[in-house]
Amino acid sequence: MENIAAKLLWTFLGLLIVLNWGMLKTSIVRKIVARVGGRYGIRWYQPWINLIKLYGTRGQLSHGVMFYLGPVFRIAGGVGLFLFMPLIFGDPRWSNFAFAGDLILLLYFKFFGMLGMALGAGEGGHPYSAIGVSRGLSQYTTVEIPFTLGIIALAVQYDTLSLTEMVAAQQGGIANWTIVTNPIASAALLFSMLGIFMHAPFDLVKAPNEIPIGPPTEYHGSYLGVLRTNAAIMHITEAVLFMNLLFGGANNWIELIIKTFLIYFITVFIGVVFPRFRIEQSVRFFLGVPLILGILAIILIM
Amino acid sequence: MSEETKHNNQPENTEESNKFPKEHLQKRTVYSPDGEKIEIDPLQDYYLQDRPERRDPRYRVVEKFLNWARSESLWILGFGTGCGSIELPPLTTPRFDAFRFGIAMRPTPRQSNVFIISGYMSIKTLKRAIRSYEQMPDPKYVVALGSCTINGGMYFDSYNTINRLDKYMPVDVYIAGCMPRPEALIAGFNKLKQRIKEGRAEGANEYVQRFDEYKANQKQIIKDWNMPDYNW
Ligand code: SF4
Repeated sequence: MENIAAKLLWTFLGLLIVLNWGMLKTSIVRKIVARVGGRYGIRWYQPWINLIKLYGTRGQLSHGVMFYLGPVFRIAGGVGLFLFMPLIFGDPRWSNFAFAGDLILLLYFKFFGMLGMALGAGEGGHPYSAIGVSRGLSQYTTVEIPFTLGIIALAVQYDTLSLTEMVAAQQGGIANWTIVTNPIASAALLFSMLGIFMHAPFDLVKAPNEIPIGPPTEYHGSYLGVLRTNAAIMHITEAVLFMNLLFGGANNWIELIIKTFLIYFITVFIGVVFPRFRIEQSVRFFLGVPLILGILAIILIM
Repeated sequence: MSEETKHNNQPENTEESNKFPKEHLQKRTVYSPDGEKIEIDPLQDYYLQDRPERRDPRYRVVEKFLNWARSESLWILGFGTGCGSIELPPLTTPRFDAFRFGIAMRPTPRQSNVFIISGYMSIKTLKRAIRSYEQMPDPKYVVALGSCTINGGMYFDSYNTINRLDKYMPVDVYIAGCMPRPEALIAGFNKLKQRIKEGRAEGANEYVQRFDEYKANQKQIIKDWNMPDYNW
């Protein structure tokens, strides 16, 4: 892959695939949740229609520069996460711009979008946005601790900060996957995954019934369209991150799609079964068992 | 008693008739932490004062496609004003499941494009309804639910409710009945979809076109008008 233009083209193609798979995943998940409740649920192509409608909204207004930049930062965080994420193992076309220290950069990009969104939502001036932002940031701060501890444990275990090398070390069957070789760090990471996807029971940030959808309360039209686009990219990319860390990566697109769906399905399954946590309950939760598991993982790996 | 005479009997919209002065809306002077003096006039500074503008569809083919998308993705702002609002929640239950038709509830006016007025509208609520309506981004559609929104229904001679909703905001679809069943609501949505696809649901532009007329009607009813004429 000498040619940078070809490289960019492949990356863009990958982004398109991930975006559309993310949208399809949204509707499949909505359908599953509906079936659990005894409904038919939305049509499978509904997310695309919603997106077209949102981008086609005529009247749009802004509350200021930061209000504009909020969704822009958010999607920059999502696309940035995607750019440095190796998708398919052993195929230079689909490994995007992964490099030796990408794991640290990915951790940074995960937080970047949230902060931008917090600033933008703040300028929207709606009290519900402010409540949502403060809940989101305090929950995410506690999610980060077991997440980072787990990642450090893995970095020590594989002696690298490169995701590609981690995936390479897990090749050769299920027995080599991190979830088998290092179950304690994996457990800490899986717990924090629940918080990262913000599905129920940790969906208090957007709490649809009590603080109407939280941070994006004031966002409408193409602002909301950008946020939705980002959510589709972000969910799949995060699932790919956990796939690379714990489940041995993917060797082709079919494997990637199946694995990311199953990974995301863990959170959906838990979300359908458990009711929502209040914010202090979820903070206490992440500072409990997941944190202990994270510290244990570090101690054991030393 | 007709509606006109009913409201003509009420006091004029003047300073004297405003029995509840809103202190937070008075002009005042505040000092910044640096000792700088700042004059604040909340009605001028906290709200946008601009008149709304017409936003006409530009390209026919594109607009046709967008209208199809809009009609298949109706996001409802349910304004539970009257008894009819009790028929809205069943739409999301397994029995009726309106999600199948691309209908979903949104909690904020900014993100919704269908405004449902579900029944009689008291004068106090009208003010909130107008504010919510104006905050919705256009194109936006109004569905009026129940006889009360058409001619007053059984509250036709009430001192405290309006009789005809379309004097105060442009209505796209009426659903008659007292109260209409959820099936009737879904039928009404299908009518609305048809209207949008045909490109006839331009209520937002009509509101702009006849802005002064609508404002005059609204001000006739709302006595303590303590907000700017157009608030989004
Ligand atoms: S039309 Fe009937 S059900 Fe609806 S608000 Fe009026 S009185 Fe109530």
